[in-house]
Amino acid sequence: MTTPLIKITNVNKTYKGVSGDVVALKDVTLEIEENEFVAIVGPSGCGKTTLLNILAGLETYDSGTVTFADEPIIGPGIDRGVIFQQYALFPWLTVRKNMEFGLKYRGHSKEKQKQITDHYMDIVGLTEFANLYPKELSGGMKQRVAIARGYATSPKVLLMDEPFGALDAQTRAQLQEDLLKTWETERKTIFFITHDVEEAVLLSQRVVIMSARPGRVKDMVKVDLPYPRNQQTKILPRFNEIKNNIWANVYQEYLSIKK
Amino acid sequence: MTARTGYKKPRKLKDFGEGSKKVRILMMIGSLAGGILMWYLLSKHPVIGIILAGPDDVIKKGMTEEWAAGRLQKNIMVSLWRVLGGWTLAFLAAIPVAFLSGWYAKFKNIVDPWLQFLRTIPPIALIPLVILFMGIGEEAKLTVIFISSFLVMVVTIYQGIRNIDLTLVKAAYTFGASDFDIFSRVIVPASFPFILVAARLGISTALTTLIAAEMTGTIYGLGNMIQEAQLYFRMDKVMLGIVCIGIIGFALDRTILFLEKKLTRWQ
Ligand SMILES: Nc1ncnc2c1ncn2[C@@H]1O[C@H](COP(=O)(O)OP(=O)(O)OP(=O)(O)O)[C@@H](O)[C@H]1O
Ligand SMILES: [Mg+2]
Repeated sequence: MTTPLIKITNVNKTYKGVSGDVVALKDVTLEIEENEFVAIVGPSGCGKTTLLNILAGLETYDSGTVTFADEPIIGPGIDRGVIFQQYALFPWLTVRKNMEFGLKYRGHSKEKQKQITDHYMDIVGLTEFANLYPKELSGGMKQRVAIARGYATSPKVLLMDEPFGALDAQTRAQLQEDLLKTWETERKTIFFITHDVEEAVLLSQRVVIMSARPGRVKDMVKVDLPYPRNQQTKILPRFNEIKNNIWANVYQEYLSIKK
Repeated sequence: MTARTGYKKPRKLKDFGEGSKKVRILMMIGSLAGGILMWYLLSKHPVIGIILAGPDDVIKKGMTEEWAAGRLQKNIMVSLWRVLGGWTLAFLAAIPVAFLSGWYAKFKNIVDPWLQFLRTIPPIALIPLVILFMGIGEEAKLTVIFISSFLVMVVTIYQGIRNIDLTLVKAAYTFGASDFDIFSRVIVPASFPFILVAARLGISTALTTLIAAEMTGTIYGLGNMIQEAQLYFRMDKVMLGIVCIGIIGFALDRTILFLEKKLTRWQ
C-alpha cells in the first residue's frame, strides 16, 4: 500500500468574527488515496467548504498538518482543481475561452489547448455551444462547462463543492451519470461535497460523515457497490442498505442542531 | 370570439419592459415634437413671450446670426475640446488610481479620505481658487473639469473593482494564475463595465462643470456665449446655447453607451 495522496491530520480552524469566534473544524483527520472518489456529507455549517478550501490552498488553518503527495499544502496549485457551486465561469469569456483559461499554465501549445478543449467539450456535449458566453447558458450547461474545465486542466485531484446542488432533479441525474462515466474512464482523485446522501452513495467509494459544528469526522462508510454505476444502481438492495445506514447517522446530527 | 357574457381575459401584469423598439422611437419623436410645440406656444404668450424666445426665433435670428459670424462653430469647438481634453486627462489618471486603490489596501487607505472629502465639494466652489492660481486661461478650465470628472470616475471604478466576484479570483488562483495574471486576466476584464459606466458619468460631470466655469469669465465657449447673450438680453441666443449644450451632452453620452453595448456584449 502506497502512502495516501492527501493526508489531513488533526486540523483545527477557527474563524474570528465580530460576533464571536466560530470553530469550523476540530481535530479533523482524514486520508484520501490516489484515484479515490470520496464524498463528504454533513449538516449545513459543519465546515465542509472550509475543509475543501484548505485542500485547495484558498484558506489557512490554525493547527495540524495537511499534505498533498507528502508535501505540505501552502497555496493553490494546478495539481488541485476546484469546481465551485456557483460555477465560477468568467463571464467575459466564451465557453471555449473559459476552458482554455487554465490550460495556459499547463504549458500546452495553442494547438494542444484546442485539442484538449475539443475533447472535453465533446464528452460533456458542449461542442455546439463553444462560442457562447456564460450568460447565454442554462444552469446545467454552466456546471457542465465548469466540470469540463476542471477536467481539462487534468489536476491530480478535483475538489467539488456541491456542484449539483443548484440543479433540477433531471439535470442533476444526468450530470451524475456524466461524472461517473468520466471518472470510470479517467480515474482521478475526487473530493465531493454534497448535502444529498443518495448522491454521495451513488457516486463515491467512501462516504465521510461530518458532525454538526464544530466539524469533526464522525464516521466513514465504504460503498462497495459494483461499477459501472448509473441511476439503475439505486434499485439495488445494497444501495438502499448503505444509504439508510448513512441517513440514520446524518439524521442524528440534524437533530443535534435542532436541540 | 365567443359571445359568452362575463368571460374575462387575463389581465396583463406590469413587466417593466420598454416595449418594442419601433413604438419606443415613435413615442420619443412624439414627445420631443410635443415639447417643441409647447415651447413655441409659450413663447407666443404675451407675458412669457417677453422672456422666452421661441424655437423659430432661435433658428431664424440667434442661430443664423451666430453661424454667419462663425461664432457658433467656434464656441462649440472650444467647449467640446475643453470637455474632451479635461475628461481624457481625468480618465487616464482615474484608471491607475482606482486600480491601485483596489489592489493595495494601504494605497486606498491613504488616498480615500482625500477623495471622499473633495468629492463632497461642488466643483464650482473650486473655481475662484483655480482662477487665482491659474488665471482665466485654458489651464484653469481644464483643471476644474479634470478635478470634477476625475473624482467621479475614480470612485465609480473603485466601487466596481470592490464588487468583483471573489469566486472568480479564487478560481483563477486554482488554475495556477500568478498575482499579475489575477490582475490582468481577471480584475481588468471584470471591471471593464464599470470603467465604461465611470466614463459616462465622468463626461456628464465634465460638461456640467465646464459650463459653470465658462460662465465665470472667459472668452469663447458655450457657457460664455450664454453669459454674454444674457447681458444684452438676447434670449434667442441664450436658448440657442442651452439647446447646443443639451445636444452635445446627449451625443457624447450616446457615443459611450454605444461603445459600452459593443464592448461588453457578454454582460
Ligand atoms: N469567511 C468566514 N468568516 C467567518 N466565518 C465563516 C467563514 N466561512 C465560514 N464560516 C463559518 O464556519 C462554519 C463552517 O462553514 P462552511 O462554509 O465550511 O460550512 P459548510 O459545511 O460548507 O456549510 P454548507 O453545507 O451550508 O455549505 C459556519 O458556521 C460558517 O458560519
Ligand atoms: Mg459549503
